[in-house]
Amino acid sequence: MAAQFDLKNDGVVVIIGSGAGGGTLGNELAQKGIDVVILEAGARHEYEDFINDEWDSFTQLAWKDKRTTSGDWRVAKDFPNLPAWIVKSVGGSTTHWAGASLRFQEHEFKTATTYGKVKGANLLDWPVTLTEMEPYYAKAEAKMGVTGTNNWPRLPGNNNFKVLKAGADKLGYKECHTGNMAINSVERDDRNSCQQTGFCFQGCKWGAKWSTLYTEIPKGEATGHLEVRPNAMVIKINHDASGKVTGVVYADKDGKLQEQKARIVAVAGNSIESPRLLLNSQSAKFPHGLANSSGQVGKNYMRHTTGSVYAIFDKPVHMYRGTTMAGIIRDEARHDPSRGFVGGYEFETLSLGLPFMAAFLNPGGWGRSFTTALDHYDHMAGLWIVGEDMPREENRITLHADEKDEHGMPIADVHFDDHPNDTAMRNHAYKQATALYDAVGATRTFPTPPYPSTHNLGTNRMSEKAEDGVVNKHGQTHDIKNLFVSDGSQFTTGAAENPTLTIVSLAIRQADYIAAQMSAKTI
Amino acid sequence: MVTIYERKPGLSRRELLKRGGVGALLVISGSAIISPEHAWGLETSALKPETMATLIQLARDIYPHDQVPDKYYAIAVKGHDEMAAKDPAHKELIEKGIAELDKKAGKGGYRGLGWEEQRVALLTEIEKTPFFQAVRGGLVVSLYNQKEVWPIFGYEGESYSKGGYIARGFNDIEWL
Repeated sequence: MAAQFDLKNDGVVVIIGSGAGGGTLGNELAQKGIDVVILEAGARHEYEDFINDEWDSFTQLAWKDKRTTSGDWRVAKDFPNLPAWIVKSVGGSTTHWAGASLRFQEHEFKTATTYGKVKGANLLDWPVTLTEMEPYYAKAEAKMGVTGTNNWPRLPGNNNFKVLKAGADKLGYKECHTGNMAINSVERDDRNSCQQTGFCFQGCKWGAKWSTLYTEIPKGEATGHLEVRPNAMVIKINHDASGKVTGVVYADKDGKLQEQKARIVAVAGNSIESPRLLLNSQSAKFPHGLANSSGQVGKNYMRHTTGSVYAIFDKPVHMYRGTTMAGIIRDEARHDPSRGFVGGYEFETLSLGLPFMAAFLNPGGWGRSFTTALDHYDHMAGLWIVGEDMPREENRITLHADEKDEHGMPIADVHFDDHPNDTAMRNHAYKQATALYDAVGATRTFPTPPYPSTHNLGTNRMSEKAEDGVVNKHGQTHDIKNLFVSDGSQFTTGAAENPTLTIVSLAIRQADYIAAQMSAKTI
Repeated sequence: MVTIYERKPGLSRRELLKRGGVGALLVISGSAIISPEHAWGLETSALKPETMATLIQLARDIYPHDQVPDKYYAIAVKGHDEMAAKDPAHKELIEKGIAELDKKAGKGGYRGLGWEEQRVALLTEIEKTPFFQAVRGGLVVSLYNQKEVWPIFGYEGESYSKGGYIARGFNDIEWL
């Protein structure tokens, strides 16, 4: 049975956020018999409640609280108050994610060493290596049911994949398949297999796609050591005179402020909210925010170099049928500076329904150039570009100078400028993808600008030395021993791969570390 | 093309309906816009019906889909009438925006311009204005989020209740 802990219980681990990082960490600790309270800002919607409708689902799940934007990225112009498309609901963005589960490549853990000095980029090697991460990647893949691992078959290819594969073959790409997806290709873990419904981004109504909502969280609750408290928006982390954190202040479902005491606090609110919370927890002792002696909290915001290419054919495709992202080409993910940029990128199948295609194909666009594209919606194929972007100190999350949310907490501003490396990579990917679809007979192609960010990374970066970053190799803050970061904001650099598998792997590893430190009574 | 009969005092809606029996005509009568050919009508409460008729044309010129009937454009811009009823500032934004557009178009107004290119040329001049942005921004949701228009584009919408596409053509492409 799900536990219920007293607000004054100062023996619990408090985790802020219930997504890939927080939800996984919560279950892993509960399995070890450690008492955990997860505070989740959003409501709890079970998977039967999900909606096969893009705007209605967005209303149900998305994080819509106002944020502001600045910088030269196009999102700031087209979606000035929606820099990210992420989730405020139990399960966090694991309800919305597409399921792509790729390990990082070895060199992506040491970009400063591999890429050398890149002007205007704040590159740093991770304090962990692929070798150290491998056992945790294996655990994560087994937990999540990743296809193409553990003898689980890959998903069958849908129409959109078949177009991608035909183009990949024509271009001579070698590594093209339906991906490593945390979506059941066979029934397992008491969950359905994929029914090729589409609407992966709207929450999987079959529960076939891994989400903490209906895997980690109920498993953790069954131990009697985990309580998930929804509609609990954390606004401040408290500490004592020695600098140790002692609890968190949150607004409950009625907007009333409560304090939950804690032995340990782990922040997993995604890369905009996590630094926002640390910055907002400033005090006389920590005037620049918690865990910020390096000044790196909120900096090095990364969002992956993304973009889409859609193509129209003279015959029907119906790209929206079936698993949205079960299709990948990995040949461009290598580091090969002869292409004019460092790092690499993946091509992954992507489709949007008609309502979102209209909103995102060319935001602000109108007239026949725009509408004749939509006229052939059922003849369209599409892919997404996801590549490594450069960390930059000036790309950052800050607290807004005057605007506050309903609880009086300053809202977040998200500043992002594309690095020339990002632009060169995106242009290369646009060219390759256009050639790919042309090779299959596309009559028209659309290099589509990046959407509001789904991969938000790096704003509490992991570093060997305390002066270079916010957390150590275990996600423990350099400054405060009982304060952890457990989401993608730990990422030192972004790699070319979708981040969730790495977030989950880090959370499993972090749970081992926290349990060991608790036993040793060092925290 | 949309042709408009201007309302004349004393002409009943019934007579207008009779007169409007040819082609794809939009008829303004009292506070309503009527499409006799396609048997739909739209009452306005805050905006002038002429304004609403121009808005419908404007909506089509912003997102022209020749296979989408006027009805869906009318539904898509109806929200401006509802907002105008609640918010005088919005009413002014729309009425003034349309009046200025008509002025720019010269004699006969915006709807009097025969070719889409002529109307689009005017729209290009005003595309940065709050008026145009308000109309376009709302329209991208209110037009394309109508479930009734999805089949026109070949989009099938909700699929869970039908068991997904696993047995309904997720991999039925044959021309590759």
